Amino acid sequence: MASEYDLTVHEAHDLLKSRKLSSLELTKAVLERIHRVEDKVHSFVTVTEDMALTQARQADENIKAGNLSPLTGIPALIKDVMCTKGVKTTCSSKMLSNFIPPYDATVVERLKAAGMVMMGKGNMDEFAMGSSTENSAFFVTHNPWDLDRVPGGSSGGSAASVAAGEAIYALGSDTGGSIRQPAGFCSVAGLKPTYGRVSRYGLVAFASSLDQIGPLTKDVTDCALVMNVIAGYDVCDSTSVDRQVPDYTKSLVPNLKGLRIGVPKEYFVQGMESGVEQVVRRAIGKLEELGAEVEWDVSLPHTRYALACYYIIAPSEAMANLARYDGVKYGFSAKEAENMWDAMEKTRQYGFGPEVKRRIMLGTYALSAGYYEAYYLKAQKVRTLISREFAETFTRYDALVTPTSPTVPFRIGEKADKPLQMYLSDVCTLPANIAGIPGISVPAGFTDGLPVGMQILGKPFSEETLFRVAYAYEQAAGWQKRRPNL
Amino acid sequence: MEYETIIGLEVHAQLLTKSKMFCGCSADYASAPPNTHVCPICLGMPGVLPTINKKAIEYAVMTALALNCTIPEHTRFDRKNYPYPDLMKGYQISQYNNPLSRNGWLTIEVNGKSRRIGITRVHQEEDVAKLFHRTDPSGESYSLVDVNRSGVPLMEIVSEPDMRSPEEAREYLMKLHSILQYLGVCTGNMEEGSFRCDANVSIRPAGSTEFMPKVEVKNMNSFKAVYRALAYEVERQRKVAEEGGKLVQETRGWVEEKGATVSQRSKEYAHDYRYFPEPDLPPLELSRKFVDEIRSRLPELPDARRDRFISQYSLSRYDANLLTVSRAMADYFETCLKPLPQGAEAEKRAKTVANWLLGEFSRLLNATNIEIKDAKITPQHLVEMLELIDNGTLSTTMAKTVFEEMFRGGKSASQVVKEKGLAQISTANELESVLGQVIAANSQAVADFKQGKEQALKFLVGQVMKATRGQANPQMVNELLRRRLAHSQ
Repeated sequence: MASEYDLTVHEAHDLLKSRKLSSLELTKAVLERIHRVEDKVHSFVTVTEDMALTQARQADENIKAGNLSPLTGIPALIKDVMCTKGVKTTCSSKMLSNFIPPYDATVVERLKAAGMVMMGKGNMDEFAMGSSTENSAFFVTHNPWDLDRVPGGSSGGSAASVAAGEAIYALGSDTGGSIRQPAGFCSVAGLKPTYGRVSRYGLVAFASSLDQIGPLTKDVTDCALVMNVIAGYDVCDSTSVDRQVPDYTKSLVPNLKGLRIGVPKEYFVQGMESGVEQVVRRAIGKLEELGAEVEWDVSLPHTRYALACYYIIAPSEAMANLARYDGVKYGFSAKEAENMWDAMEKTRQYGFGPEVKRRIMLGTYALSAGYYEAYYLKAQKVRTLISREFAETFTRYDALVTPTSPTVPFRIGEKADKPLQMYLSDVCTLPANIAGIPGISVPAGFTDGLPVGMQILGKPFSEETLFRVAYAYEQAAGWQKRRPNL
Repeated sequence: MEYETIIGLEVHAQLLTKSKMFCGCSADYASAPPNTHVCPICLGMPGVLPTINKKAIEYAVMTALALNCTIPEHTRFDRKNYPYPDLMKGYQISQYNNPLSRNGWLTIEVNGKSRRIGITRVHQEEDVAKLFHRTDPSGESYSLVDVNRSGVPLMEIVSEPDMRSPEEAREYLMKLHSILQYLGVCTGNMEEGSFRCDANVSIRPAGSTEFMPKVEVKNMNSFKAVYRALAYEVERQRKVAEEGGKLVQETRGWVEEKGATVSQRSKEYAHDYRYFPEPDLPPLELSRKFVDEIRSRLPELPDARRDRFISQYSLSRYDANLLTVSRAMADYFETCLKPLPQGAEAEKRAKTVANWLLGEFSRLLNATNIEIKDAKITPQHLVEMLELIDNGTLSTTMAKTVFEEMFRGGKSASQVVKEKGLAQISTANELESVLGQVIAANSQAVADFKQGKEQALKFLVGQVMKATRGQANPQMVNELLRRRLAHSQ
């Protein structure tokens, strides 16, 4: 048997069910792994060791009593942007470095009810703003496949922890690619569900109309299993959709007969690394072999406006969402100040990092009197056009397949001073957030030993189709079985 | 030069819902210790999301309908962004481009003339927390925040700049206040801030159609303050204009102690609120069924009730107006008239009840600062008292004493009469000795009367009334005196 920490959710579940393994043993194996590799990877902002052991013992009790659900007793990491009752939730920001929420996010509540063993909270780009996890106010997370490189972001800690065996599965959040891009960079599966499929209650907001929580897992089956628990309507989130949640594992079938798949040319952008393009085209070829009808030359011309549109809408919403951090109620508070206004200004001056401030300023500008029509309103119109274009395209195709990111994981520091280059890392992923459609990234292979992800997009609430394509490919290609050497 | 006054009012009314606008906390914070009606949502903690209080929407739609507004099929919320420590999220959830109603009106009466005042919009938003500014013994100032009020449903009612005098503004405000009370959607308490008013005031040369720079006046905590502040502000602007000064767009606060408005902020420092649609709340459908259902539940409103009082009870317009300003008073009035006597008696009884309510009752309510709903005297008590007057047990004079006693003690009229021995002396025998004494002690008046001076008799009657502490029936005294004086030739 492979090391316990290398198990997938469904493998671990089978062992727990047959009592060949206890949750405590599994949890201890993962904790040991954390102790051994965390110095190299830095996935965790907080390791909740005591809580994990308690939850594992409780899980074992439940298993003994015959109460075993697919996630019972299985160690997970939660991105530090989701509120966890009694456990520090920092968003990797100095601003919230001491913030302990008095409540659980809905997804955390659901996972706890399903028997989660929480290993800790995952490092991320500050307030989920970034594509490399270098914007964490605390430390940089390293890619387990090459420690000199970034794991992607903003859910870099989530992706790296799963790849490194520091968690069996993880939750991330995705506003413009923050689940899919790091999943691609770390060779794990990562799903951004349809907007409204998973409750955002308790997810510290970055851009409310784009944010969505989703799983990062070692394989597609695990992804479906986690979705079975976290998806569904929540009265606390008015934007969550009251629509039945199917059993996603039912869509895990190993063939693609009758599926129509499109390959949009705009996603093979200028400047894309040729190794990435080759890997992805080869993977798409595999889909054809599996029975899919692939149309190689689909066009979605509005794609080129997505990046600009995104960098108006996301910062505008972020500007408002981050206004509450004024040092008055919780979190970091600048004490050396002349008066109230000075205290609020200094709190924000020292509490936020440069990328967060850049986006607050972008948003403030885009919404200012005299600029609103030219920027925010225009961006909303473009957003409608992009959504329509997707809707129209999905009348002809069941799914679209693209690279997850134009590059392999880049070197730490390589793009840190080049925000525009960094923004381009999400050029393939952010159209899905703009249109609210689901997207999954699955490992598609390697180029020069570095992971490449393939993204599959579908119409709203077509997660089952995405799982089917991703699963069939994964089973045929087998990349999910590879583990990094650490 | 003649100037025309232009006034528009913005009213903020807290809605009487059980819970807050976007969370489950109790909205009734009036007597709650600070920071006890709070949760992660109204505290604006990271990660929380709002959910709309349906009851608040219902109340706001009800108000909009009562104000003759148009209700669109969809409405949506917006974020109004500005930093302040009383604003937990750093933005207020309000409504901007798609308010839940527009284009209404209400009618006011000034100097006997009816005028329609346009309502621009009625929209829904949330209240903010309350700050308390303090100074510690060392002289350092600090502020405390009470978050109980944060998230309490707040309805904003914006009028058109249709009012032409402070009187009209006061009438508008009182009518609006009255309507909200009839609807039962707001306590209307101005001192406690559940009904707040800001005004936009400007003047312009009579006959001009251009608007001059407007001044926003804040901090007016009573109807009287609104009237005084507006009168002051209009006069101030007129003086500036006449002296050739330049009027500027600014915000001014009414300072009660000074009896003046004071500049707070000029336009250059005005906020840019950077409104944009609230992404956490999808557009809200206001289905015709929902709106019609609310329309069907609208109660009779003050104007309609006043008109009915005039036709049904033959009251004067003046009395009917006063009785219907407050729903509680109008209800009290109608309860007193159940069952209503038949025919001409009905009209007489209505007039009598109106007189008591607008006279003694109102006087005592004002004097004791008690609200009608808390009054100890019930309509049944008042009716019983009126019956005692009708059957001669009580004189009108004595009734005032009895009424005050009933008002203070909550006892019935007959109880008070019994306890105080206040029943009218209505038998001749009981009065004979008193009459004798009065005649003996006032020989001059007796002589005057005998010489034909009617005034002298009135004086004698008064003396008898005084001697009996008002308990004698004046008519009977009058008759008995005439008889005695005629016989004693």
